[in-house]
Amino acid sequence: MNFDFTDDQKMLKETAAGFLKEHSPLELCRAVLESDQPFSTELWKKTAELGWQGTSIPEEYGGAGFGRLELAVMAEELGRALAPIPFSSSVYLATEALLIAGSEEQKKAYLPRLASGEAVGTFAFSEKVGQNGVTPTDTKLSGDTLSGVKLPVPDGDVADFAVVVASSDAGPTLAIVDLSGAGVTRTTLESFDPSRSMAKLEFADAAAEQLGEAGKGAEIAERVLNRAAVLLAFEQVGSASRAFEITRDYTLERFAFGRPIASFQAIKHKLADRWCDIEIARSNSYYGAWALEHDNDELPIAACLSRVGASEAFDAMSVDMIQLHGGVGFTWEFDCHMFYRRARLLSTVLGNTASWKHKLVDRAAAQEAA
Amino acid sequence: MDFKDTKEEAEFRNEVRSWLEANAELKSANDPPEDALGERLTDDDVAAAKNWQQKKAAAGWACLRWPKEYGGRAATSIQSVIWGQEESRFRTPANIFTIGHGMCGPTVMTHGSEEQKKRWIPKMLTGEEVWCQLFSEPAAGSDLAGLRTSAVRDGDDWIINGQKIWTTGAQFSDWGILVTRTDPTAPKHKGLTYFVVDMHSPGIEVRPINQINGGQGFNEVFFTDVRIPDENRLDDVGNGWRVALTTLMNERASIGGGGGGGGIAGLMELARSVEIDGRSALDQSAVKEKIADFMVRARGVKYTGFRTLTALSQGKIPGPEASFGKLVGGVLGQEMAAYAMELQGLAGGLNDPTVCADAANWQARYLGFPGLRIAGGTDEVLRNIISERVLGLPAEIRVDKGVPFKEIPSGS
Repeated sequence: MNFDFTDDQKMLKETAAGFLKEHSPLELCRAVLESDQPFSTELWKKTAELGWQGTSIPEEYGGAGFGRLELAVMAEELGRALAPIPFSSSVYLATEALLIAGSEEQKKAYLPRLASGEAVGTFAFSEKVGQNGVTPTDTKLSGDTLSGVKLPVPDGDVADFAVVVASSDAGPTLAIVDLSGAGVTRTTLESFDPSRSMAKLEFADAAAEQLGEAGKGAEIAERVLNRAAVLLAFEQVGSASRAFEITRDYTLERFAFGRPIASFQAIKHKLADRWCDIEIARSNSYYGAWALEHDNDELPIAACLSRVGASEAFDAMSVDMIQLHGGVGFTWEFDCHMFYRRARLLSTVLGNTASWKHKLVDRAAAQEAA
Repeated sequence: MDFKDTKEEAEFRNEVRSWLEANAELKSANDPPEDALGERLTDDDVAAAKNWQQKKAAAGWACLRWPKEYGGRAATSIQSVIWGQEESRFRTPANIFTIGHGMCGPTVMTHGSEEQKKRWIPKMLTGEEVWCQLFSEPAAGSDLAGLRTSAVRDGDDWIINGQKIWTTGAQFSDWGILVTRTDPTAPKHKGLTYFVVDMHSPGIEVRPINQINGGQGFNEVFFTDVRIPDENRLDDVGNGWRVALTTLMNERASIGGGGGGGGIAGLMELARSVEIDGRSALDQSAVKEKIADFMVRARGVKYTGFRTLTALSQGKIPGPEASFGKLVGGVLGQEMAAYAMELQGLAGGLNDPTVCADAANWQARYLGFPGLRIAGGTDEVLRNIISERVLGLPAEIRVDKGVPFKEIPSGS
């Protein structure tokens, strides 16, 4: 039994933690949140200099050639820092889509630029309020042009290209679109978490190239989402752990009725429950990481377990973070709302928690039947 | 990251497997449900358990982690876990030795004299003598140190009076570990002394407790002028709490991961077979969300167990984190049983397997789980342990601290 990260992976995690402590304190997240800046270009460049975006991209395409476990430990640290950069869109989604479905030519064209951080990619599937799945889609791919509207698209306002779920004559099909090209209109939308940006993308006969087999777009998109769900779960676990630590420290320092509020059972038991949630999420995410690293048959289920556990743990922790801070937790000046916003945003970006619960049971039922 | 044994672990597992295959039969899916908590044990069950233990001991497979001089094999924690995993695949008698081997043995080995160890440990290991734990009292459960059973010195003996409760296996035990109050004028943790008592002594009366589920896994044990020779005292007079903590630490380690997540497949099967508004319940959103929630928690406990095993495999000692599995698993098991009974509709109100195969199974779980959420640390005590020992939050403010025991308000 070796259900743990290696010493090298743990060292990588510590190095990432040290770097982010210096270059991505919570003040950085706040600065982006309070400005019109969509993300911290400075942090993006610095992480790119360290090669983070290319962690799991094979060396032949300009990456570091590590596995997903290395990416997972870094994701956890990025989560801890509430790093205000489009890492998840570019690395967990766009990069994974290209690695899964890209032709040799496409990989050569896009992966080195993604690895170096020179290009930011994103993944666009939602089109309207209430949507969680990758289909149905009203966006049409005809030959090499794309038309339709995607909304909301995480980092759609800053990405250089998007992998878009569309429909073609053959059925659902993925397409890569250069977002600076003709026929693309992007509108920045007001994000619930302004440290992560959101956009509407409108395509009017925009130039597009097919990614992967025509008609297989939904299956490929699901595979991309499964992979991203595991990596994002590590971010969520990281953020939840940080929120937990800040809250625990606050309850130790805050006195009421002549004692630290952390000495009241009502507070202790709430913190114990949140810690249990985070442990549940962490252990499920480890399972997800194992399935992702080996890219095995367990991944579709493991992704759901990771996603649901992590979304619920971070959501619950962010809610109690404000509650346990009391009045100051409701002020703009305290950091609680940054976690509260991020938690809710991350619970939505790959489809809501309920949709992943449905997938979990459907997939478990199918596995049993098989 | 993988779930495989190391080379050494795999070799050990093979050795364990070949012995078990030669000496026991594999379980089958059609076996009747096990009486895992020993709630309905007969004399024959006790005899069978002793025989199996004797057989294991003769072959060197009893109490693997114990020192060789007492009959153990000085095995590592992970080897002991591997043994447990393999043995659980075979049809074996009920284990009536968990208290003795999990708690009494380690306590005697930590605090006993060489003579005491030689007297008690080998026969405990072979199963010739069965042990029980006499800790809780009617007025001292979570607040164990508030116990009142008294021990008064009389020459070379101590005279015991009082009552213990929730004693598993007292009816067939030969020895018990007993915490008593020897000095009611001292603060409560200071006035305690720890003994080993011969359960066949005159003045001991064992009465079974009738549980809400009809089982009788626990007993009340009454002490009336029971004599214990001073040579059966463990550690010094007044040091009983320190010894009791050793026992409790071992208790938590041996109760471990709750196991409340069993039955997800059965719950899905039930959901598939019942209809809500003319459609299979398993096709409905509310049902899926509920089952998914159970799955995430059940798997969370399972994989946390894997992380603990990994720590053991690397030679690390798991800490109070073990409280996590029992806390999460206990609530989960009870909620799953309640939900299954909901899915059964009106038939959820039956305890009758002739009407639907599931009725009785889920109902029995629903009646059993309240006990699991209390025994060996209530949910509330576990939350205190997690918050104080794992999360570093302050201990409870104690209004009885430093107060002579006899002056502490008792509400009675």
